[in-house]
Amino acid sequence: MTSAPNTYENILEIKDLQTSFFTKDLEVKAVDGVSFTIPKGKILGVVGESGSGKSITSLSILRLIEDPGKIVGGEIRFKGENLLDKTEAQMRKIRGNEISMIFQEPMTSLNPTFTVGQQISESYKIHQGLNKKQAKERSIEMLKLVGIPSPEKRVDQYPHELSGGMRQRVMIAMALACDPDLLIADEPTTALDVTIQAQILDLMKDLQERLGMGILLITHDLGVVAETCDYVAVMYAGKVVEFTDAKTLFKSPKHPYTVGLMKSIPPHDHDIEGDLSVIRGSVPSPAEMPKGCRFAPRCPFATDLCRENLPDLITDEEGNQIRCWIYSDEWNGDPEVDVHAETERTT
Amino acid sequence: MFKYIIRRIIQTIPVLIGVSILVFSMMHLVPGDPAQIMAGESAPKEQVENIRERLGLNDPLPVQYLSYIGDALQGDLGNSMRSGRDVTSEIGARFWVTVELAVYSTIVAVFIGLIAGVISATRKYSFADTSLMLIALFGLSMPNFWLGLMLIQWFAIGIDLPSWVPFISDTSWFKPSGWGSFQQVVLPVITLGTGSAAIIARMTRSSMLDVIGQDYIRTARAKGVKERIVVYQHALKNALIPVVTVVGLQFGGLLGGAVLTESVFAVNGMGKLIIDSIKARDFPVVQGTILVVALLFVIVNLIVDITYRYLNKRIDLD
Amino acid sequence: MQKQKELLKVTDLKQYFPIKGGILGRTVNHVKAVDGVSFTIYEGETLSIVGESGCGKSTTGRAILRLDEPTSGEVEFDGNNLLDYSKKEMNKVRKDMQIIFQDPYASINPRHTVRQILTEAMEIQNSVPKQERNDRVLELMQTVGLGPHQADRLPHEFSGGQRQRIGIARALSVDPQLIIADEAVSALDVSIQAQVINLLKKLQRDFKLTYLFISHDLGVVRHISDRIIVMYLGKIVEIADKKSLFNNQMHPYTKALLSAIPSTNTEVKRERIILKGDVPSPIDPPAGCRFHTRCPFATDLCRTEVPELRNGDGMTDGHMAACHYMEEIKNGEHQPTVV
Ligand SMILES: Nc1ncnc2c1ncn2[C@@H]1O[C@H](COP(=O)(O)OP(=O)(O)OP(=O)(O)O)[C@@H](O)[C@H]1O
Ligand SMILES: Nc1ncnc2c1ncn2[C@@H]1O[C@H](COP(=O)(O)OP(=O)(O)OP(=O)(O)O)[C@@H](O)[C@H]1O
Ligand code: SF4
Ligand code: SF4
Ligand SMILES: [Mg+2]
Ligand SMILES: [Mg+2]
Repeated sequence: MTSAPNTYENILEIKDLQTSFFTKDLEVKAVDGVSFTIPKGKILGVVGESGSGKSITSLSILRLIEDPGKIVGGEIRFKGENLLDKTEAQMRKIRGNEISMIFQEPMTSLNPTFTVGQQISESYKIHQGLNKKQAKERSIEMLKLVGIPSPEKRVDQYPHELSGGMRQRVMIAMALACDPDLLIADEPTTALDVTIQAQILDLMKDLQERLGMGILLITHDLGVVAETCDYVAVMYAGKVVEFTDAKTLFKSPKHPYTVGLMKSIPPHDHDIEGDLSVIRGSVPSPAEMPKGCRFAPRCPFATDLCRENLPDLITDEEGNQIRCWIYSDEWNGDPEVDVHAETERTT
Repeated sequence: MFKYIIRRIIQTIPVLIGVSILVFSMMHLVPGDPAQIMAGESAPKEQVENIRERLGLNDPLPVQYLSYIGDALQGDLGNSMRSGRDVTSEIGARFWVTVELAVYSTIVAVFIGLIAGVISATRKYSFADTSLMLIALFGLSMPNFWLGLMLIQWFAIGIDLPSWVPFISDTSWFKPSGWGSFQQVVLPVITLGTGSAAIIARMTRSSMLDVIGQDYIRTARAKGVKERIVVYQHALKNALIPVVTVVGLQFGGLLGGAVLTESVFAVNGMGKLIIDSIKARDFPVVQGTILVVALLFVIVNLIVDITYRYLNKRIDLD
Repeated sequence: MQKQKELLKVTDLKQYFPIKGGILGRTVNHVKAVDGVSFTIYEGETLSIVGESGCGKSTTGRAILRLDEPTSGEVEFDGNNLLDYSKKEMNKVRKDMQIIFQDPYASINPRHTVRQILTEAMEIQNSVPKQERNDRVLELMQTVGLGPHQADRLPHEFSGGQRQRIGIARALSVDPQLIIADEAVSALDVSIQAQVINLLKKLQRDFKLTYLFISHDLGVVRHISDRIIVMYLGKIVEIADKKSLFNNQMHPYTKALLSAIPSTNTEVKRERIILKGDVPSPIDPPAGCRFHTRCPFATDLCRTEVPELRNGDGMTDGHMAACHYMEEIKNGEHQPTVV
């Protein structure tokens, strides 16, 4: 693939993004200072528990946050330009063209009253000015590309006539129609069966290699991240707590939350003795957000420092980032602390 | 789809039979002897008997019913007791007037209702939304005849305007009665259509709000589709599905509402015919008219169902 | 394996759901959701059912409890066939068999406090004398890790994991022998899921419970089960103790299923089997072996002959799979027929 000389290295750079929902009685800081970068042609996985702000981050990138939500701060640099400075008309030219998106629920993300072909064609009509016939031909090609059998027939069918896996393929076809530079996939396989998930991930990786786009893959499944991503950002309560390349993360996770998360997943490829280790308690609600480190109430290593002060995102020698006092000079707990040590295994 | 239409048509038959039995028996249960009424209060006994014999009123009810239906199927609904003319032509003259009134009102109601509903939904909780929904609430709670009378007062009889209002001094431009010209049509159509417009507006708003929150709307936005197209193509087509049903029901309701409206505006339609005939105990006409109205209602429902089916691709077209 | 007491024995269970159609609403066809399933659950063990969406896992669980009336088959509980029971007798045994669902919120009354929810369950079964019920409620709450101060709160005041604990407490309130857990931890975040799994295991130890654990998550299943059933399109394709299933799976579908699960272990490069196509409809399931439309090893025999569930050469006691060629595939004599 030939690419023009570019002045930017990272297809996407997010700096200190803040998105809040202004409800009647409080400001819910759904995304609270998120930063990460996606190098050109790489796959970044964003993981985190439900409500940690993954979807809101991705919707913020396309500026699709709806009332009462608002992006209140930060920068979103796409190909070097801040998307938050763009007008709505400029954004529309980017959406579905340079950045496109796939959503979690293939069942509800397609419009039930339009045919599959009409929905894919729309992108071609909007962004490439093709006429109806040309757009339909291109749609059929796309359907073929994503591995849908007899695409000439499928193109005129309605979403309800397709299985979940096929609908997700249609979503991918639609997203890739205009050859985007960045694909955002928000839990693209969560609603699918494992054998179908394997098909879809395979397809996405294959297309990524062929088309060379960057991918932001949101998921809560660490296995999916391990198998598909180059980099990983772990989110907790609206913040990125760890950002590294995937290999490092799975070999030696650093943040106590990441460590806890990995230990609490029962593996399917080997047995573990006794109980699973757990992270005690549950994710804090927006109304009771701890003022220091957000993980402090659940962290086995928390000290007063953690409970009172929010740690910064520290970048180490290898360029990996972590938000935890243990890795700072100010750390006042056990200097020899080992985050991988056996933690509690309670119910 | 074709099979579905045939099936729906077949399904209407029992409904029509039911309605005809109901109408027929109602007319025979109300007090008062039709033969006596026809002959006049002071007519001699033999003459009443004669009429009764001629009309077959002495036969058992099922026999009367069957012969009535047999005739009806051939287009013969009997003769009016008042005018002596046959009921079919008595209705025929007025049929189109009522249909016109209902159709115009429906069109106006759908047009206004949809626009108001969409505006409200896309500007949720804004000033426009609040005021439109307030107006809709008014429209809903206002009795039909009262609105009609008010409109006549203001725009047909006219009210004196203070001298500082420019250009118009008198508001009596519309006609208070009759049917045909634009000046005659406007007021009854508004009277009849207001309630439906209000219901359609509210229905459209809630349906639209529901649809706009759906994932596929987000998908459309993420594709870079213009907001106007998101609303009027992606959202509206889905939002219309429940609205179509409401419109159908409204049309039925409008046929009923036409009775009052026609009376208020002295429009010579089926509604007025029914009222006049009830007053005069002209049973054949009442029966015939109700039957025709019921038939109309069933046909409209059929059309609505088919449209619904067409819009809602998710229902399997077996 | 030592000789254990059979608690529940299911024989040739079938559950066909009628599909109505035509003008008169006649039954035009059937969804063969469960089609001839047989297995035994021993006292004190955890038997799991795994498989893809729609393969009939939940339907099997519901049919055992007669929440849906099974089409045919036998369900023996403690030696009695449940399908012969009257409604009243059935209600009595329900005390011994409880079910926990995926969505705890949907299955508990949102306007009742935890105390009311738990007391109500005891009332229905009349298992605990009235004056002791209150103490029992607090005891149960403690058992599942909730505090006594939470007894008078409403379900929405709890987090997902806590609500699932309420669901478990309710199931425990009548001292059941068998608990059917249908995707009981699937909706929970991993960190919470681990808490609930540990709880379920602890309760099993403490109260000698037997579990029928329905899930699509093979990691969870591996951790919690003694034996595992793999279902495909309404039929059992493989049943084995945990070790055999994970180390010596015989059925091509089981192999594909296991290889499809993404793993966090990036060190080992695994060979992945990516199946083509989707699961066919259970209305007109494929003839012969139901997996033949997606199986890389399928032959004409597979397309006509239904393979029976059998214990083949080199398989441990109690390990059974339904494939014509399982031994030949294992020793390499039978190679994939499609590439
Ligand atoms: N419309 C809204 N009003 C108020 N709060 C909201 C709204 N939408 C989202 N939030 C809050 O924003 C936070 C982040 O939500 P988000 O959808 O990004 O989570 P997520 O990480 O994608 O979780 P999941 O894995 O469940 O999809 C949540 O705590 C949620 O409560
Ligand atoms: N009441 C019912 N009427 C008709 N069909 C049904 C009914 N219940 C289930 N089915 C069908 O039976 C099949 C098996 O369903 P079941 O719910 O048992 O699947 P499952 O294995 O539990 O799947 P999941 O993992 O999605 O929960 C499906 O095809 C389903 O559509
Ligand atoms: S900052 Fe403190 S509380 Fe937060 S994760 Fe690190 S050690 Fe735990
Ligand atoms: S019987 Fe045939 S189709 Fe079925 S699993 Fe075995 S090889 Fe595959
Ligand atoms: Mg999300
Ligand atoms: Mg299920």
